[in-house]
Amino acid sequence: MKFDTPATTNPIDRLKVVGQPLDRIDGPHKTTGTAHYAYEQHEAAPNHAYGYIVASSIPKGRIKGIDLTRARRAPGVLAIVTAQSAGKLGKGKFNTAALLGGPTIEHYHQAVALVVAETFEQARAAAALVKVDYARTSGAFDLRAAVASATKPKDEKADTAVGDFAGAYAGAEVTFEGRYTTPDHSHAMMEPHASIASWTGDKLTLWTSNQMIAWGAGDVATTLGVPKENVRLIAPYIGGGFGGKLFVRSDALLAALGARAARRAVAVTLPRPLIFNNTTHRPATIQRIRIGATKDGTITAIGHESWSGDLPGGKPETAVAQTRLLYAGANRMTAMRLAVLDLPEGNAMRAPGEASGLMALEIAMDEMADKLGMDPVEFRIRNDTQVDPENPERPFSQRQLVQCLRTGANRFDWNKRIIKPASTRDGRWLVGTGVAAAFRNNLTEKSGARVRLDARGRVTVETDMTDIGTGSYTIIAQTAAEMLGLPVDRIDVHLGDSSFPVSSGSGGQWGGNSSTAGVYAACVKLREAIAQKLGMNPDDAVFEDGNVRSGQRTESLTGVAKGGDIVAEDSMEYGDLGKRYQQSTFGAHFVEVGVDAATAEIRIRRMLAVCAAGRILNPKTARSQVIGAMTMGAGAALMEELVVDKRLGFFVNHDLAGYEVPVHADIPHQEVVFLDETDAMSSPMKAKGVGELGLCGVAAAIANAVHHATGVRVRDYPVTLDKLLGEMPSLG
Amino acid sequence: MKPFSYERATSPAAAAAAAARTEGAKFIAGGTNLLDLMKIGVEEPMHLIDLNGLALDTIEATSDGGLRIGALVRNTDLAADQRVRRDYGLLSRALLAGASGQLRNKATTAGNLLQRTRCPYFYDTNQPCNKRLPGSGCAAIGGSSRSLAVIGGSASCIAVQPSDMAVAMRVLDAVVETVRADGQTRRIPIADFHRLPGARPHVETVLERGELITGVTLPKPVGGMHIYHKVRDRASYAFALVSVAAIVQKDGSGRVALGGVAPKPWRDEAAEPYLPQGAKIFTAHLLANATPTGENAFKVVLAERTLHAVLAEAKGDAS
Ligand SMILES: Cc1cc2nc3c(=O)[nH]c(=O)nc-3n(C[C@H](O)[C@H](O)[C@H](O)COP(=O)(O)OP(=O)(O)OC[C@H]3O[C@@H](n4cnc5c(N)ncnc54)[C@H](O)[C@@H]3O)c2cc1C
Ligand code: SF4
Repeated sequence: MKFDTPATTNPIDRLKVVGQPLDRIDGPHKTTGTAHYAYEQHEAAPNHAYGYIVASSIPKGRIKGIDLTRARRAPGVLAIVTAQSAGKLGKGKFNTAALLGGPTIEHYHQAVALVVAETFEQARAAAALVKVDYARTSGAFDLRAAVASATKPKDEKADTAVGDFAGAYAGAEVTFEGRYTTPDHSHAMMEPHASIASWTGDKLTLWTSNQMIAWGAGDVATTLGVPKENVRLIAPYIGGGFGGKLFVRSDALLAALGARAARRAVAVTLPRPLIFNNTTHRPATIQRIRIGATKDGTITAIGHESWSGDLPGGKPETAVAQTRLLYAGANRMTAMRLAVLDLPEGNAMRAPGEASGLMALEIAMDEMADKLGMDPVEFRIRNDTQVDPENPERPFSQRQLVQCLRTGANRFDWNKRIIKPASTRDGRWLVGTGVAAAFRNNLTEKSGARVRLDARGRVTVETDMTDIGTGSYTIIAQTAAEMLGLPVDRIDVHLGDSSFPVSSGSGGQWGGNSSTAGVYAACVKLREAIAQKLGMNPDDAVFEDGNVRSGQRTESLTGVAKGGDIVAEDSMEYGDLGKRYQQSTFGAHFVEVGVDAATAEIRIRRMLAVCAAGRILNPKTARSQVIGAMTMGAGAALMEELVVDKRLGFFVNHDLAGYEVPVHADIPHQEVVFLDETDAMSSPMKAKGVGELGLCGVAAAIANAVHHATGVRVRDYPVTLDKLLGEMPSLG
Repeated sequence: MKPFSYERATSPAAAAAAAARTEGAKFIAGGTNLLDLMKIGVEEPMHLIDLNGLALDTIEATSDGGLRIGALVRNTDLAADQRVRRDYGLLSRALLAGASGQLRNKATTAGNLLQRTRCPYFYDTNQPCNKRLPGSGCAAIGGSSRSLAVIGGSASCIAVQPSDMAVAMRVLDAVVETVRADGQTRRIPIADFHRLPGARPHVETVLERGELITGVTLPKPVGGMHIYHKVRDRASYAFALVSVAAIVQKDGSGRVALGGVAPKPWRDEAAEPYLPQGAKIFTAHLLANATPTGENAFKVVLAERTLHAVLAEAKGDAS
């Protein structure tokens, strides 16, 4: 099915099931331990052995030799894989660095060998006996130092310009310039990367933890040099990914190679201390923002530049992306520059681009509002635009930023706020509030599904879509139920298997809308097939209350497929509505913090997010996404930082003791409001993404609140107490 | 993790003798520190002597009005003990400021005192670390040192002893009781228990080979206001950037030890007469010889400001 004209009224609009706050249908499996994650597929892959990864101890250089003698002799060892023994390997389309290093070492903790043994403990003990002789070469690990050598990246819209930014900025009545830095971030998802591989002849089955099944199957095939048809990926449950599992990682490749070498199924997981340097991360940025405005706060010039680094062949962090669309202003420019760094591979993490970009832009907006003597909510509202500011012919499909800000301000009692910073005290706490706009583009991706009505009147949905803890199982069941007029408990959903129709997968907050739209398309076909079977006119058949009705005739869906399953398969594809209309999601974050007057410890006291993101398919799962994202934003604001050792070339704090993420005690009550919205340009579901929107802007709202509480402006994340102490009021 | 043999201790003295006799032996109590380190290859004992069956898990009154805490008393039980909460509130608060409920249920008094540093390089066996591999160098000096020591370190090591409990015990003048391999017992004042690194950072305490901690005694209560103030980036489940353990008397006199700043709980009795003159003057004395790095110089300021808050709290002045 092709979606190339705006959606009109369709069965989803009945909202009997869709739009309802249903509990997650996979919840009971998870809480009872019957949802088997990749590393737990012991029944599917009986008698599997265990592989343990040997990771590079240098950040850059070459392997001179590997001595496997002692490891081979260790108890239980079945096989050892190295780049030398693995034979020729390709590189996945989505990988920058090789997943199995050697002889060249591209980054710290790059995998260089896999030891396979009967038990995990034997594999780990033997892996410690592998002796690798390295020749180390010098590398670049310091983004600040590499800025001078940064170049314009190839594939991206590296430079954009509209009007005369330089002239307008120079001539503006009020100008502001700020420099901001964001550190490298780790996805730090709960479930480590893990895979079990099993070969039958030349066919590989890989139970793995991956967000994008079709990409993954393709990249496994490319890397191994086997036909894609010979690779089956299965990922029914994924314990979080946040972009860290968009791509195939070393656990999957090495499980496959280990299983081939050991002639046995092999399970490989990444131990937590390896994940930070072995896999990908959100790259650090240095950003410069310039805003020019009239005295009344109308932006006339806005410029945003960003520098980031990556391994050779890598990509920039697109931190300027939102600045092209978020605020009005006739004269604008953005630019990205990319430096070569020999740190581990930088890549997508939840809301890539916007998350980092808004961390800077939304502080800059606060600073400019300060300079103008304007309320920061009003300053943002003043500069709203209903059209793409680079191309005014092109409207937004829906844009309720102003409504988000106003609704939030009301709920948060923003008008009671004393504008002057450092004016409110509550016992030992200096109290402040902050606001930031949230913005994330909405992407639509082709997505397919197969639906089957069986003799019992149950409907089974199959698609390679993944549920990474987001609620895909549930909203897909809701979609099928709505389309077929069935209760949700008559729908069985099977996900995450490359033998199912290719879906959008989970990434870029496109999965919710795109995958359900694919199920919608398949259900439209199934409805036609059912109507035809019953000799009804598909156009006037109504699917309701377990029946299909046409004219005077009503048939129960329980009887229709008695003679054999009725199966339909289709995909939703997209025309140019995404080009003609700018599709984005919007929100506003409001935060109150307390800063300890003595120690400068920062504690969040209240958080509110107001989101306008199309139809909310399930308010409960959507809310979970947003509060999770707000929590991640709190981490980005206050503690998360991969600390780079610029001499030794690696992320030092590579475990969850050193890389702090928020705990319950850091997170106060979180309120989430969804504005009533449907977006007919996005899909027949009229939904958009929401899982990443919730993160965008949170950190800046917190940083702004800290400034409001203390009067101290921190422009380098994370905002930690050591950056405040020097400017905190003296204690007398 | 390397294969190891395992035995259950039958008595403290026998355990000490076995530990001294057996190559590569280590005691295991709660295991919350030791097992983590074994999994990543930082600790590689060849033999484990499990202390958990020993009857060292009680808290008893001593004849001089103090308390004897068995080496195996769990942190949770110690923090909850009525006598501790009443007379040594500082200790209870310090314990509860550490780790998590689950960890405290396992962690023991002796294990807590002997927990190893959280210096990130100590955890990465690819990196030089004099504490882990004597003579290999110190990656932290000149590297990431935000969480490390500002005083008491050496050119070989600037790691922090991370125990919260130990900081409180230092203020309480606790005494560590041990039994040695030859069956002799001894009493080590907490002030002497942890060593400064000097040129041998791998030797962290004065314990001899095989020497087993049997308990910790606290002298009779000294009254006063007991405050433990732990400062960290994350609200819970994080080690201290700086902590202040204090007992402040009505007249403003008192005792103070700092955590998070040194290779041992940092207290200087000679500085304590300055306490009534306020946080600034007292801290200037206590940390007079500090040699912080660029990354952790803030700890000196933070210690002073935290103490300021503690003294205000002791005065009953909340803000
Ligand atoms: C995630 C995490 C967070 C933590 N956060 C904090 C925190 O915030 N603050 C804090 O203070 N601590 C914290 N801890 C550390 C925790 O307090 C220690 O791990 C615990 O106290 C160790 O006690 P244990 O009994 O488990 O020791 P074990 O791991 O069993 O032993 C530790 C060491 O002591 C030796 N040992 C044990 N008993 C004896 C004995 N009787 N005689 C001689 N030697 C002995 C062992 O040989 C070993 O070397 C944290 C730990 C973890 C894992
Ligand atoms: S500070 Fe001490 S523990 Fe840390 S790397 Fe240096 S020697 Fe090792």
